[in-house]
Amino acid sequence: MRNSTQKLSYLQAIVEAQREEMRRDERVILMGEDIAVYGAQSLFDEFDHSRLRNVPISENSFTGVGVGAALTGLRPIVDLTIASFVYLASDQIINQAAKLRFMTGGQLKVPIVVRTSTFYNNRTAAQHADRPYPLFMNIPGLKVVAPATASDAKGLLKAAIRDDDPVIMFEDINLWGKKEEVPVDVDFLVPIGKADIKRAGSDATIVSVAGCLLPALAAAELLAREGIDVEVVDLRTIAPMDKETILASVAKTGRLVIADNSHKVGSVASEIAAVVSEEGFESLRKPIQRVATPSVHIPYNQALERQLYPTKERIVAAVRAIL
Amino acid sequence: MSRRNSRPLSLHIPEPPSRPGDEADFSHFEIPAAGVVARPDTAVAASEIRDMVHTLVRVLDDDGRAVGPWDPKLDADTLRQALRAMMLTRAFDERMYRQQRQGKTSFYMKCTGEEAVACAAAMAIDSDDMCFPTYRQQGLLVTRGYSMVDMMCQIYSNERDPLKGRQLPIMYSSKAAGFFSISGNLGTQVPQAVGWAMASAYSEDTRIAAAWTGEGATAEGDFHYAMTFATVYRAPVIINVVNNQWAISSYSGIAGGDEATFAARAIGYGMAGLRVDGNDFLAVYAATRWAAERARTNQGPTLIEHFTYRAEGHSTSDDPARYRPSEEAKRWPLGDPIERLKQHLVAIGEWDDERHAALGKELVEQGKAAGREAESYGTLSGENVVQADSMFEDVFKEVPWHLVEQRDQAEAERQAWHK
Ligand SMILES: Cc1ncc(C[n+]2csc(CCOP(=O)(O)OP(=O)(O)O)c2C)c(N)n1
Ligand SMILES: [Mg+2]
Repeated sequence: MRNSTQKLSYLQAIVEAQREEMRRDERVILMGEDIAVYGAQSLFDEFDHSRLRNVPISENSFTGVGVGAALTGLRPIVDLTIASFVYLASDQIINQAAKLRFMTGGQLKVPIVVRTSTFYNNRTAAQHADRPYPLFMNIPGLKVVAPATASDAKGLLKAAIRDDDPVIMFEDINLWGKKEEVPVDVDFLVPIGKADIKRAGSDATIVSVAGCLLPALAAAELLAREGIDVEVVDLRTIAPMDKETILASVAKTGRLVIADNSHKVGSVASEIAAVVSEEGFESLRKPIQRVATPSVHIPYNQALERQLYPTKERIVAAVRAIL
Repeated sequence: MSRRNSRPLSLHIPEPPSRPGDEADFSHFEIPAAGVVARPDTAVAASEIRDMVHTLVRVLDDDGRAVGPWDPKLDADTLRQALRAMMLTRAFDERMYRQQRQGKTSFYMKCTGEEAVACAAAMAIDSDDMCFPTYRQQGLLVTRGYSMVDMMCQIYSNERDPLKGRQLPIMYSSKAAGFFSISGNLGTQVPQAVGWAMASAYSEDTRIAAAWTGEGATAEGDFHYAMTFATVYRAPVIINVVNNQWAISSYSGIAGGDEATFAARAIGYGMAGLRVDGNDFLAVYAATRWAAERARTNQGPTLIEHFTYRAEGHSTSDDPARYRPSEEAKRWPLGDPIERLKQHLVAIGEWDDERHAALGKELVEQGKAAGREAESYGTLSGENVVQADSMFEDVFKEVPWHLVEQRDQAEAERQAWHK
């Protein structure tokens, strides 16, 4: 059992993570809009409906309800569906969940998990296509995770549910259908704060943020055919960031490209670049390259939208530029 | 303080009266006969008309007669114009829904069964009054005579798209038509409408504003903030809550509709509230006229709950069979707005089946012609694309240096790939 796996899609892995944690711990509850029909139907079939709430359309309220419930010791998972809906709930997330432990002199804990998905590259336009990880990595007291594989999604979500601090998880809908072998062990966890080397290499480092793992691996494949050996570090946790793994990789390769689909100005890539230039400057042989999304809103038209995000071509070009 | 004797607490979890496989059941609705509700003077104090929020203003009776004090007594030409507007809205919806199924656009939302809500309002307010709609009030644009070709070009995101390929299909906006941009995040338009109306009063203008929200989205804070501001400043605004019973898969009880009517929200704020049969064109028209008259005479805002039914899916991405009985739409006790107005016109001798069929055909042809023109500028499945780097514009009034840099870089990358 310990080492066995099961083929699951990214989305199924998320459902399984919730199912396992709900079975393990009856303090785990789930809230979201329309989840009984869209998203958590199989959980509604299994669990007592008092643990699953199809809530009114009121994001700041049900996140606040989640905070209130977390104060009693429950472990609420709040499903905010689309990443731009998190803005509506941001007062409860930023001013409350993230600050309560601090403001109460450590008396309170808020073990809430906020789940949300980035709907980019799917013709959802300016108000639904945001990838706002950097806004939230700027919030003390909040952990931010962004898995890019089914196993990481499962392991990180389970770790988030068991964590005593508020965690926001950004899921990527472009990965929903991606399948892989996922550990079935109910205690399989992916530690929050740990990056993962998804491909080892020695010529250059690509750090991928969230869904950029796929184009980063594809870029590494392309470069491998030319004899260029690239290491791909999947960040997985955005805050607190695993700087050790990044710095160790850069120490080995001397070259760094960061692929991040958030907007370039003030991106996650910007923070990684700052850390590496402060603490890894000596190992850098060429300037750090950020491959990110231009700082414009996301248009609906796919021919326009497609040009905006990091692609394997753009990542390859960035690596070549510093060889 | 001992609690030894207190029983454990428990929660109420709202459940709709019927689910897939059940008989559709609307027996719990109290529906007063048409014509029985009094029409207060528009100068009445909100506190005098609290009972209005618990009843239903209805004008058209089961035989298609217009009865009671709310009958707006429209002439036959106006009634035919109303019928045409609602039928054109439906024909447009049906056409665009089919185009979506054929892959010419990615997404569409119909307003089937709710045509009266938007079309009657558009006819009852002035053409320069400002509308803050949701995605289900396309009837406002249609009734205001906005170009169907432009609507289609927006849906197709083609080279003539007035919104330059930026917005989701059906999220129209037209400054000229007094139709504000539709928000992807629910509820934001309600306080904006109040702000627009307050500014209109502040500038000693004469125009009023109207906002629409679904009953589901009344759970958003924005709705309640707007109610506070509207009453505190007696803003010249009409706040319409379109209670079509469903918010995607959530029935109205999830938004608090089992405990009180949505019109009753008005009472707590001290606002005038009306509850109307939303499938009765004349009732919606009369209620909107009443509210507009109050707004124009500085009596303040009105909340109108339109009691109606979302006859089809939420959008082309939704499957209502998953959460409600399939014959529920047919059982809806307040009928269909187009059928009811037609019945009325026939009853007063101003319409007949032949003319109705001929009008239906004419509108389908009108849709076809508009469709041909719009498609000549491209559809989503076609080649036509808006200008490749146009998304760098309109982020700010002037393109700042960092966007110039990013635009040039994107252009260089485009060139490199196409080499
Ligand atoms: C802030 C926000 N939360 C959730 C959504 C997702 N959503 C879009 S429409 C909708 C249902 C709205 O129902 P209702 O207000 O009753 O309007 P109707 O669709 O019935 O016209 C939901 C939940 C959204 N667009 N914005
Ligand atoms: Mg609704």
